[in-house]
Amino acid sequence: MKQLLSFIKKEVLHIIRDKRTILILLIMPVVQIMLFGFAMTLEVKNIRVAVSYQYGDELAEKITARISASEYFDIVKTINNPINISSYFIKEKIDTVIVFSDGFSNEIYKGGTPAVQIINDASDPNQASTVTSYISAIISSFQNEIAGAASPVRINTELKMLYNPELKGSYNFVPGVMALVLTLICAMMTSISIVREKEFGTMELLLVSPMKPAYIIISKIVPYFIISTINLLTIIALAVMLLDMPVRGSFTLLMGVSFLFIFVSLTVGIFISSLVANQAAAMLIAGMGMMLPVMLLSGMLFPLDSMPKFLQVIADFVPASWYFTAVKKIMIEGQGFMNITKEIIILNIMLAVLVIASIKKFKVRLG
Amino acid sequence: MEQVIVTNNLTKKFGSFTAVDNISFYVEKGEIFGFLGANGAGKTTAMRMLCGLSKPTAGSGSVAGYDISKEYEKIKKNIGYMSQKFSLYEDLTVSENIKLFAGIYGMPLKKIKEKSAQILERLELTDRKDTLVKYIPTGWKQKLAFSVAVFHEPKIVFLDEPTGGVDPEARRQFWEMIYEAADNGITIFVTTHYMDEAEYCDRISIMVQGKIAALAAPKDMKKEYNAATMDEVFRKLVAGTFNQE
Repeated sequence: MKQLLSFIKKEVLHIIRDKRTILILLIMPVVQIMLFGFAMTLEVKNIRVAVSYQYGDELAEKITARISASEYFDIVKTINNPINISSYFIKEKIDTVIVFSDGFSNEIYKGGTPAVQIINDASDPNQASTVTSYISAIISSFQNEIAGAASPVRINTELKMLYNPELKGSYNFVPGVMALVLTLICAMMTSISIVREKEFGTMELLLVSPMKPAYIIISKIVPYFIISTINLLTIIALAVMLLDMPVRGSFTLLMGVSFLFIFVSLTVGIFISSLVANQAAAMLIAGMGMMLPVMLLSGMLFPLDSMPKFLQVIADFVPASWYFTAVKKIMIEGQGFMNITKEIIILNIMLAVLVIASIKKFKVRLG
Repeated sequence: MEQVIVTNNLTKKFGSFTAVDNISFYVEKGEIFGFLGANGAGKTTAMRMLCGLSKPTAGSGSVAGYDISKEYEKIKKNIGYMSQKFSLYEDLTVSENIKLFAGIYGMPLKKIKEKSAQILERLELTDRKDTLVKYIPTGWKQKLAFSVAVFHEPKIVFLDEPTGGVDPEARRQFWEMIYEAADNGITIFVTTHYMDEAEYCDRISIMVQGKIAALAAPKDMKKEYNAATMDEVFRKLVAGTFNQE
């Protein structure tokens, strides 16, 4: 026990003395939350819109006023002649042009077929499709109003967005950032700190000492476990206070699942360190090999359901994708233990497999 | 005299390559035993087997009375080790390094305190005990590393090319420390490729291609090969082995 303590103390000293790294480790989650929360938003805002209708068209003007009232759209230009529309996209940096057919109001009053054309700059396809659906929704709600009771058949679609009524991006990326930061710190830092001992030759020194290999590993893990916990709490606090992220489920359950994921990631780090011989390789494998799958295949940026089958299968082997799902269920949907048993079981299986694999690897190296 | 290291036909193979080929020798208590050979001759592999880091493919051996293939955990408690790469932590201070290794060997706190004060005094490092090791000159680091390796009073200390990159004056001081340790009954097992250092040893063995090509006291070896220096002995031995092939 005294052995272990003096060794943990050494690991803590290594980390504290390396001021730059510790600073990065503690600030990284804050920066990521800020970046994803305020700068890199997938929500559509401040769309520059131009409208075109025949001068004096009453209903077209009303619809335009509604669109303009929405926080998503700025009407920057009104034109009365739909010629040379493409030039507006180039000259005026317009994102969307809405063209009402000539005699739009008249057509409606006499029960004809009025037409509205929405022309989008689709060089950003996500934005274009979101804009289209927003504008369509505004127009159709207007249509329902003016049709009133006179209309023979009226189907009113009412939208209700469960769990995330405001469609906030933060609901998706906060769990993503949690998975990302924990993976980076646990897998990358642990593997680097073990491999550094190999590279400098101090690992030999430890192996000829009576220090048990298990103690060496445990003392490597303890400091990063503490740092991960601090980061976890920082992320949750920032998300709740700055981004109005809810924690609807049990906080204890959230921490429990997070600790499980931290252990999985730490074991990944240990496993990586048994595969490589120098710090650069450890960084590459842990950095690229872990970070990219977490960002691309956890569901943080792109929904897994719409991916090709083989990518979904690969994603099943990424621990972060299970953690991500579990965190979303707890924080956003407020689900309890019973509904995340699948994720917990799978993470436990992954942990067991990794622990066995690492022990095997370690033994082989000693023989 | 008590024999603290004994090997019988010790062999280590990596696949079809035989790194250590049937070596048998012994080392007596308090002896300074030089283990010489060119790079790749099998020195490090042999030493790793003696320290319990690597299992022999065939043959047997004992260190401090314990079997190297079975009781390596016990061996580890009785040996000290200093490797050719610098074997202290650069980002820890002088006294943190001493405390760390003493702690790993499970020494009682009171004894650690007493003894580290003594050693700092002896190395003239008392006023620099809170300096990070990376700011200490290389020669000093090497002496400190040796002091740390014998801090827990092991029966045997293994030194793997301990004086690499150190100036002659520091090397001389380093050897003074080795003699002092040997006088206190610690057996020294040292590998080196400085042939002049070989002359400081009580007995030396020279490994060529995994085998022990010669084993004797330096002066007897020079007589046998009719050479003025150990360097000449070494060149004759290596040339001889190649001629036989």
